[in-house]
Amino acid sequence: MKPSCETSSVSKVLHLGKDLLASNRQHAAANRARFDQAGVLVVNLLSSPGSGKTALLERTLGDLSSRWPMAVITGDLQTDNDARRLAGRGAPVVSIATGTLCHLEASMIARACQELDLSRLRLLFIENVGNLVCPAGYDLGETLRVVLMSVTEGEDKPLKYPLAFKSADAVVVSKTDLAQAAGFRREEALANLTVIVPQAQIFELSVQSGQGMDDFYRWLESALVSRCGAAVRH
Amino acid sequence: MHEIGLMETALRAAEEAALEAGARRIQRLHLRVGRLSGIEPDALRLAFDALRPGTLAENAQLDLELVPIVCRCQSCNLGFSPEDFTFLCPRCGTPSADTLQGRELELAAVEVSEA
Repeated sequence: MKPSCETSSVSKVLHLGKDLLASNRQHAAANRARFDQAGVLVVNLLSSPGSGKTALLERTLGDLSSRWPMAVITGDLQTDNDARRLAGRGAPVVSIATGTLCHLEASMIARACQELDLSRLRLLFIENVGNLVCPAGYDLGETLRVVLMSVTEGEDKPLKYPLAFKSADAVVVSKTDLAQAAGFRREEALANLTVIVPQAQIFELSVQSGQGMDDFYRWLESALVSRCGAAVRH
Repeated sequence: MHEIGLMETALRAAEEAALEAGARRIQRLHLRVGRLSGIEPDALRLAFDALRPGTLAENAQLDLELVPIVCRCQSCNLGFSPEDFTFLCPRCGTPSADTLQGRELELAAVEVSEA
């Protein structure tokens, strides 16, 4: 018998079944409990860099922050440029610089929330790191997840990055004012979305022209109403 | 892109379990990686090779078990393993949003020894 066999005869197998994302899941559950208690609707925005997450928030804050108290947490690898773009629109903005990390984690959201008075908020947006891969795997404790794709990115984006799209409650097709110039094939994009993310609401909108914004706002409002109902029931 | 961080978590958990069991060496790590986890097996192997020196798992073997996706069709209730990410039910063609399996990311087991 070879020595390696003898070694294996004294070895033993420990069955662990340890979830490697357990820590994030625990933080996410704690966040969710805090958000539930405060009755805040939390919307996590995911997209590749440049799809228009910040622009969508600029417009939404400008249009709605006088109606509902809201706040934003933004995540980027470096700079607080997005936070500065969003400042002065009637909503507090907390910036998280993730350094080299490719996504936001639930513990970072918990820390950022220490700078916010959740009890005074109705709506909290989380602008995730621009990345359509990694953020998809990290629950932040959000109520709803919105994934954006702009018309300039190609109709097959949902097919190329299915994991992110599959996790969406809603998909925003942004920059529709550029659709013609970009040669955007709308029907094909919508068909791809239907097949990858059949459960999602789809909003086609332009923050420049304002087209489609009202539908998005109505969706937020109905989510706020059902959130409020849930808070009352608790 | 965050495979290094996940492998750090796995190695730390493996070492803790080994020490608790009175073992000095880790011979083998068994990880289960769902096809929907977004984790690249090759990147995980690279992370393992970079991180294992100086740990109890320095000479360990890494077994990666890829867990297939399993969906359930909301229309006809068929359980199926899709061939791609469109998750179309092979019986009735309805796109499925319901996945029963495929998001796993776990350290299933470690094989340890005293020396």
